[in-house]
Amino acid sequence: MLHTVNKSPFERNSLESCLRLSAAGSAILLFEDAVVGAVQGTKIADAVSAALSDREIYVLGPDLAARGFDQSKLIDGIQVVDYGGFVDLSVDKGTVQAWV
Amino acid sequence: MKFTIQVNEGPYQHQTADSAYQFTKAALEKGHEVFRVFFYHDGVNNATRLGLPPQDDRNITKLWADLAEKYKLDLVVCVAAAQRRGMLDENEAKRNGKDSHNIHPAFRISGLGQLIEGGIQADRLVVFGD
Repeated sequence: MLHTVNKSPFERNSLESCLRLSAAGSAILLFEDAVVGAVQGTKIADAVSAALSDREIYVLGPDLAARGFDQSKLIDGIQVVDYGGFVDLSVDKGTVQAWV
Repeated sequence: MKFTIQVNEGPYQHQTADSAYQFTKAALEKGHEVFRVFFYHDGVNNATRLGLPPQDDRNITKLWADLAEKYKLDLVVCVAAAQRRGMLDENEAKRNGKDSHNIHPAFRISGLGQLIEGGIQADRLVVFGD
């Protein structure tokens, strides 16, 4: 399953809920304002790092760049995709669940 | 693979209308089929033909319409969500005694059944919301 999160973890609790409830082996894509959840050193970074032990986490590169974040500041293990990669994830990972 | 896309947010609000468009475009360019794009809740505002964004800004309605023309997309606006927001096509305007209509001809008005059918017919239903 692919989980998508598009709101900042400092605005909504959707990323926190997603991390808490998504099953091991699933994939999570952070896009729009949720990309801040992929950056090192924030309040939610430890929870994101912990989830990487049994889930894949991706971030949408164009949304990261649009907000001025450098890819070198990402939490270790998070992978960057473009819109085509987003499409590929939705094909490869099965059902898409949007945490809106 | 066959996709149905659901758009729940209006244009120029946050980013979701843009994200949904970029995802749909990327899927089509990869050779996937998009069975339907369903506009629900404030997403119906993507269909206005009267929007006039500044010239150096993107025109989201036109982006959808151009994509629909190129790939013969079925862009469906939820009738109940549209009517309560004053989004009418010519037929609905006439039927309800209104003096004007504002739905772009690239979009059509229909009901929620079209979303359910889209979910059944497609391999993936991808939701873009607020």
